[in-house]
Amino acid sequence: MTAKIFSYYPGCTSHSTAIEYIEASLAVIEALGIELRELPDWCCCGAASAHNLSSSLALGLSSYNVAEAQKEGRDLVIPCAGCYGNLAQADYAMRHDAEVRRRLESEFEFSFKDEIRMLSLVDLLAAEELRGEIKALVKKPLDGLKVVCYYGCAIVRPGAVTGVDDCENPRRIDSLVADLGAEVIDWSCKVDCCGGDLGLTDAEKTAELVGRIVDYAEAAGADCLVTSCALCQANVDIRQSRMPILYFTELMAEAFEIGDRARWWKKHFNDPGKLF
Amino acid sequence: MSSPLLEKIITESGQPVNLCYQCRKCSAGCPMVDEFDFPPNMVMRMIQLGLEGELLRSRAIWMCVSCETCGTRCPNQIRIAPVMDVLRAECLKQGIEPADPTTVALHTSFIESIRQFGRVHEATMLLKYKFKSKKFTDDLDVGLKLFLKGKIPIMPKKSRNLSKIKEIFTKAGF
Amino acid sequence: MDKKCDKKLGVFVCWCGSNIAGSVDVDKAVEEAGKLDGVVHAENYMYMCSDPGQQKVKDTIVEKGLDGVVVACCSPRMHENTFRKAAGSVGLNSYLLEIANIREHCSWVHQNNKPVATAKAVNIIKATLDKVKENLPLETLTIELTKRVCVVGGGIAGIMSALDLADAGYEVVIVEKEPVIGGHTAQVSSSFPYFQNISKLLGEKVKAVLEHPNIKVYVNSEVEVLDGYVGNFNVTIKTRPAFVDSAKCTSCGECLAACPVSLPDEFNRGLSRRGAIFIYNASAEARIPVLRQEDCRHFADFEQSQEEKCRACVQSCSENAIDLGALPGRSEEFVGAIVMATGYDLYSPANLPEYGGGTIPDVVDALAFERMLDPNGPTGGKVLCHSDGRIPKSVMFIQCAGSRDPERHKAYCSRACCMYTAKQARLYKRQVEDGTAFISYMDIRSDSRDFEEFVQVGMEQENLVYIRGRVAKVFEENGRLKVFTADTLTGRQITMDADLVVLAMAMEPKAGVRELAKKMNVTIDGDAFLSETHIKLYPVESSTKGVYLAGCGQAPKDITDTVSQALATAGKIQTMFSNETLIADPLIAEVKDDVCSGCGVCIEICPYGARVMNDFVRISEVNQAVCQGCGACIAACPNKACELINSTSRQFLRVIGDFTSKVKAVV
Repeated sequence: MTAKIFSYYPGCTSHSTAIEYIEASLAVIEALGIELRELPDWCCCGAASAHNLSSSLALGLSSYNVAEAQKEGRDLVIPCAGCYGNLAQADYAMRHDAEVRRRLESEFEFSFKDEIRMLSLVDLLAAEELRGEIKALVKKPLDGLKVVCYYGCAIVRPGAVTGVDDCENPRRIDSLVADLGAEVIDWSCKVDCCGGDLGLTDAEKTAELVGRIVDYAEAAGADCLVTSCALCQANVDIRQSRMPILYFTELMAEAFEIGDRARWWKKHFNDPGKLF
Repeated sequence: MSSPLLEKIITESGQPVNLCYQCRKCSAGCPMVDEFDFPPNMVMRMIQLGLEGELLRSRAIWMCVSCETCGTRCPNQIRIAPVMDVLRAECLKQGIEPADPTTVALHTSFIESIRQFGRVHEATMLLKYKFKSKKFTDDLDVGLKLFLKGKIPIMPKKSRNLSKIKEIFTKAGF
Repeated sequence: MDKKCDKKLGVFVCWCGSNIAGSVDVDKAVEEAGKLDGVVHAENYMYMCSDPGQQKVKDTIVEKGLDGVVVACCSPRMHENTFRKAAGSVGLNSYLLEIANIREHCSWVHQNNKPVATAKAVNIIKATLDKVKENLPLETLTIELTKRVCVVGGGIAGIMSALDLADAGYEVVIVEKEPVIGGHTAQVSSSFPYFQNISKLLGEKVKAVLEHPNIKVYVNSEVEVLDGYVGNFNVTIKTRPAFVDSAKCTSCGECLAACPVSLPDEFNRGLSRRGAIFIYNASAEARIPVLRQEDCRHFADFEQSQEEKCRACVQSCSENAIDLGALPGRSEEFVGAIVMATGYDLYSPANLPEYGGGTIPDVVDALAFERMLDPNGPTGGKVLCHSDGRIPKSVMFIQCAGSRDPERHKAYCSRACCMYTAKQARLYKRQVEDGTAFISYMDIRSDSRDFEEFVQVGMEQENLVYIRGRVAKVFEENGRLKVFTADTLTGRQITMDADLVVLAMAMEPKAGVRELAKKMNVTIDGDAFLSETHIKLYPVESSTKGVYLAGCGQAPKDITDTVSQALATAGKIQTMFSNETLIADPLIAEVKDDVCSGCGVCIEICPYGARVMNDFVRISEVNQAVCQGCGACIAACPNKACELINSTSRQFLRVIGDFTSKVKAVV
């Protein structure tokens, strides 16, 4: 990372269901000396609901935010995986479809430049350049903690949009967590779907999907799952009671020994506190 | 493919549905396939054959959670998730009763919240959803726990430029 | 052995490397052969067919004055000719050399048992020696050759074959049943895989035929009688009466309008109507009307007096060009070879009532669809519903209609349909951009250059909808066609709406080919396709020498393959014509005049028509040029009055005797 200042899109869950994720992430980012500047204005990306009802509504909402970021001229960091997915798709559409780009440019009064990127938090923090700094910040290596990394859908697929290292076996969270001293276990459900917004409408089916994922995590010998997606975290945490699921930045904060971790653990359904 | 719907799907989703040759890799990996009345490969075929009515009345189009697993693996690079989006929109546009009204209730409540605040306000959104879906008792415990853990704020946060948000909705036909 | 042989015989045993020597003890075989009656020389060699091997045979024949040779080696199909030529070159009559097959018949099948293989090899050599002892020296037969060709059928096969032969300098007569040449190709709009204007290309070839000084065309004609044999055929051609005098006719068209008869036009596959007097193909250059006697009222009304009979056309003709009293013509042509280019018909859709064939007007066959696509056709090149002339928004093409249905229709694949259906569907999509083309198929057979690509472009870029499964039923409902079918890719039954259904009907041999094949002495298969002698090695030769096959009369095929076959046929005939006379093998049937009772059984049984009754002396003779030496007449003759030269009953009994007497172990 050459520029240490980034634009920042918090997303709606930053104040609600993913509040501990945002607090942990902001603490870690601050510790790394990176500055995030929240977009002057932003709206909901539309989540799954907008595109479920209307593709043009989804594109409109996401593009509004991409346009704001373009106006700021800095790479945009988007911690929420779902928001990242939506904004990255809008960015991709504008990059690859001149007609869409022209239409949105006039709608949101900006000019699209191929200069800024949409970054997930994994893009930001698992960057090769930060490895040394992160290792240096580890005060309490997570020795003995057995972790499986759970990437889910939104920061992985479609590969052309996310630029993920490997659609079927991404490894960036794994190496980051390994740098924290934890034992990262390879397993089979890294990119499986937790059910997404089905968590709100079909508890049973979500429990089935989540149950399968946790079965595999248990079989792999993991103590916990680690994710970067707020919806994955919510679904897996709420729909089973066998193991905790943490955000990867919470784990970083634990290793760095920063932030009000005890308070974050209370926001989980399965208490991660017992792991440390 | 020449029925109006099918041309619409190819143009609007940008997906080459006509290339599907029924390898069924999509259905083999679909996490939701048990909930589908027609597995994804069949949906592709029904589009090719123009079986519009059946498709728009199907449960499959509402059960897809857009996980994109199928699209990532498709040998013909057909992303089914955007195809499903077009089908759902068409179902609503044609006034067909969705096979899964609960999902529609959630999504409608969600976007109404966005229209109102520019962002989602979970408390009012969930309340609206409960009224629309009439599933008042489902997951009450979960909701309460979330509230107690401070994850459902009472006061909504708002975007600054709400008129622009409304404009986006109007342009999309809402 | 009844008496001591007075002939000097030689035996040459080949090792064939280890092929024979690996299982047969060749030294032992030579030793045993040397002891046999009449054998004055026996030796073995590693490769007898090699130049030094052949030289050994030749030298020994000269040195020891052999008058009979047995070469024990591979199958006679491989090297009989080689060794007979070698023997002939040093003055031994070729027919006194025989092959004892100790490879295919012995060493290869007894690889693990050398004593048995060796004993059997000696036995084969012994039996062959016994045959050679009674062989007669023979000379090849010479047959006169008329270097003219009769081509039966003036479609693309006949045309291409005739042009090549005529260009090579040979006179050709084409016998065509219809009023013009061109065949079904003239009905086709454009060809796959390059959308070429095939009727224009055909038109050029037709013109070349009509203008060629070496080609004579008999239209409205059929072969009535065929006499003779290879090199010397006599073809009797019957021509329908020429009711319209082409010298007087101005092609004004008055007669066409005057005719009270209205029938579906065959050339346009029923998409238009014609009178009893009509122009067969409106696009053809020859626009002289033809009057079809069997459709004409003048000839139908037997009850009426001459004055009452319909003469509408005659009365309308200001040039007095129509003569209802014209008589059929009869001509004879002497030719050396015949090309059977009899072509195909489409199996009638009426055979598929479940598809509405023959009853629903908007269910048409593939040739009717071709007529729609022809700019000079009945719809001016527009694809239209036959029922009401509207543009069909969805067309269902049904492949394998009547083909690949062994129980009810035709077991075979009609080969061209996959490709022409793809072509038709693509042409339809070009014409009706918002239309849908559904293609019901079982398999897509696109196995030639650029064929698969042609289908792929149709599927991927032009959005043809291929549905794998066989259509069960087509029926009318509220003015639209409903198609019940299966989609085997998803295992579902589906119902499609269609405005037009096009049936890719099976190709079948032209009507009347059975009778014609009988006249020509050509065998046909169960479906009445003309049979070739050998599917791989003699693909254009019929069972009768001098009669060749080209085009769909032999089997269904597309224009590409038809033309290839037609040109192969022309090449074969030119090879034959490159000799001044024909040479025939003398190993044929022979009649003992004093034994033959003239019963005629042999004439009935002979598959080649080689046996003819000499009515004067009441003895059945052998036409030496035609006889193939198959032996059927010998087996059939109740009096044992005929024999196969150098394979007489006596020789055969001796050979059988050698094999059935107790085999002595020699090792």
